[in-house]
Amino acid sequence: MTAPGARRRKQMHLAAHFPGVNSTTVWADPRSGSQIDFSSFRHLAATAERGLFDFFFLAEGLRLREHKGRIHDLDVVGRPESITVLSALAAVTERIGLAATVNATFNEPYELARRLASLDHLSGGRAAWNVVTSSDAFTGENFRRGGYLDRAERYTRAAEFVATARELWDSWTPDGVPRPFAHHGRHFSVSGTFDVARSPQGHPVVIQAGDSDEGREFAASAADVIFTRHGTLEAGQAFYADVKRRLSAYGRRPGDLKVMPGVTFALGDTGAEAQEKAAEIRKQQVSPQNALLALEQVWGRDLSGYDPDGPLPAVDPDPGGEVAQGRVRIADPLAVAARWRAVSEAKGLSIRQTVIETTGRQSFIGTPASVAAQLDEFVTAGAADGFILVPHLTPGGLDDFVDRVVPLLQERGAFRTEYTGATLREHLGLPLPVCHS
Amino acid sequence: MSAPIRPLHLAVSIDRPGVRDAEPYVRAARLAERGRLDFVTLGDTLGPPRRGESRLDALAVLARVAPATERIGLVPTVTTTHTEPFHVSNAVSTLDWVSNGRAGWTVEVSATEAEARHFGRRAAAPADELWQEAADVADVAARLWDSWEDDAEIRDVATGRFVDRDKLHYVDFEGPGFSVRGPSIVPRPPQGRPVTAVDATRLLPRAAAARHADVAYIRTGPTPSPGAVRAARDDLHARLRALGRDPRRIVVLASLPIALYAAADAVALADLAGSWWADGVADGFHFRPEDPDRDLALLVDGTVPVLQHRGLLRSFYPGGTLREHLCLPRPANRYATARRTA
Repeated sequence: MTAPGARRRKQMHLAAHFPGVNSTTVWADPRSGSQIDFSSFRHLAATAERGLFDFFFLAEGLRLREHKGRIHDLDVVGRPESITVLSALAAVTERIGLAATVNATFNEPYELARRLASLDHLSGGRAAWNVVTSSDAFTGENFRRGGYLDRAERYTRAAEFVATARELWDSWTPDGVPRPFAHHGRHFSVSGTFDVARSPQGHPVVIQAGDSDEGREFAASAADVIFTRHGTLEAGQAFYADVKRRLSAYGRRPGDLKVMPGVTFALGDTGAEAQEKAAEIRKQQVSPQNALLALEQVWGRDLSGYDPDGPLPAVDPDPGGEVAQGRVRIADPLAVAARWRAVSEAKGLSIRQTVIETTGRQSFIGTPASVAAQLDEFVTAGAADGFILVPHLTPGGLDDFVDRVVPLLQERGAFRTEYTGATLREHLGLPLPVCHS
Repeated sequence: MSAPIRPLHLAVSIDRPGVRDAEPYVRAARLAERGRLDFVTLGDTLGPPRRGESRLDALAVLARVAPATERIGLVPTVTTTHTEPFHVSNAVSTLDWVSNGRAGWTVEVSATEAEARHFGRRAAAPADELWQEAADVADVAARLWDSWEDDAEIRDVATGRFVDRDKLHYVDFEGPGFSVRGPSIVPRPPQGRPVTAVDATRLLPRAAAARHADVAYIRTGPTPSPGAVRAARDDLHARLRALGRDPRRIVVLASLPIALYAAADAVALADLAGSWWADGVADGFHFRPEDPDRDLALLVDGTVPVLQHRGLLRSFYPGGTLREHLCLPRPANRYATARRTA
């Protein structure tokens, strides 16, 4: 049971990210199941709920990614629409939060606020919205509004979007009477009467993903959870202190915004076995074809003639070359190329080995006890309030973590041993929003 | 007088104002499933609440109902005026995925100023413009569903390819109101294309139905006249033929308000349904209960057994998907067909 004194220690929050459309997700493994069948979503959500996780998280992409003008075919492609899947999952889960990533650039507040409030009602108060933005005309080609928003404009629109959604969610009195709303701002000019009664959480939990300065400020002003990149303990502490410090300007307390980095993991019975498994997963993630593709993204050139098991190209990157569409752009390709060359030369690595060595290795590698200790350290040392786990396999990628790591976190007093609340806000220890009258 | 060309089809609305949780919808859908009905419908609008009553997004409600049911078709109303065609296509397709092939949608437009003000993007437009756009949305949705060939996912370890991109297609739709590049982000759903339904009572939506609908409703009042329904169905069939579509590819349902107070009412409804169907007035019925609990129970426990006893209605679901219930074939993929014949 809980150790003496454990009640006072800080407990972490955990979320599960459904393996997505990216090279983290390994599809070539024989254990890899469907990325689209409802049974896969059900399995992963049920596993996360068995592990008493705070929420289950779905990502979104609104245009299939392209490489050299053709649809990128090396990673998982295709996924169902988030809110609809989560509405269905509400039927087969009871406690776990259900978080949908939905773009604020290519939606309108009335419709999205309505869909999210509906999910909150249908799930008994378990809905969350991960607010993301797009700026590219590439994605816009699938939408009425089309076009392009510059980076700053993306966030002002997103902030006004969230504010407008909150006005709609607040428009019903707690005793169930609709009141007219009117919002006239820079991006939205809307008025009328919202048709969904105030939902169990008042407002679905709002998540903001992104580490940029604008993203941090937006999170500090408007989000309940910030989904951030994982790095070193020191970088995590600096990020954590920075976003928590920004809260007071908005009249918010440090506990009102939870910092949850996205993390990957590899487990083994011994440290050495975990390292071997981690290396095996990395090899699966970086296929020979994917290694060349990663190289082309940095080099900005067609390098399809190179041998992935051979040395890096002698030719220099083309800083103006753009081979990828629908991905985050590499900020300084020349610097990345120089670093890759240095690593390759120092260790005598091939193209594929270099890509494996220099790109995203697992965040936590070790025995269940060691991973539990590392996770706990991040939380107790003020680098995170919890984690969004990104398994590499669908649908069984979370099984080991739930069966082997969660019990150890519980033994340490670092994680809940039961759900004590019914809503996601209660799981996260967030207050109910005040209903403005 | 024409003989029936397909078995009797039954659907029922499970609309109920003011409900805020899933349970009554689940109960109604299960009851309808016990009656072996083809599908349930749930209405929706982006307008203000009626009489101050809360409503929920219909597609989300039926997604919530999907895992709690096994066979019955799920057909929410989805509007096309203030929504994004790309999102609409993805949501309906996803409903098909989570229900293993039981999804449809009833295409509807948003004609009022009140709805326009909720979005603040465009003024309320005349009905002909809205229905032209709705037809375009139905068209682009179907293209997006076809934009993945059924066997596009290959997981070929030797070449490292998850998909065969020759089997993913840009739809490149350009209409007066919007354009969509594609392909869909959702793989082709189990039914190939979820079932598209249109209320074809009025002439403008009837034109859209003739082009794109798998199911058409012809609404009647509380004292229905078979002549008006028959005339609408004949007109719809003529329009399909003019477009080169086979009239057997559309299921025309008389959409009737019902209020059943006793067993005798349920039997009378069975009499009406049986005679209309036998006389070729309609392919079946979409019932709109006045009181969802009272009427649905009498429909399932009264009307349905009578129709089954008379051999007019099946007593089990022979298939698994909504298209199978409706005797509609799974559509061929236009892009796969074009690629093979190219």
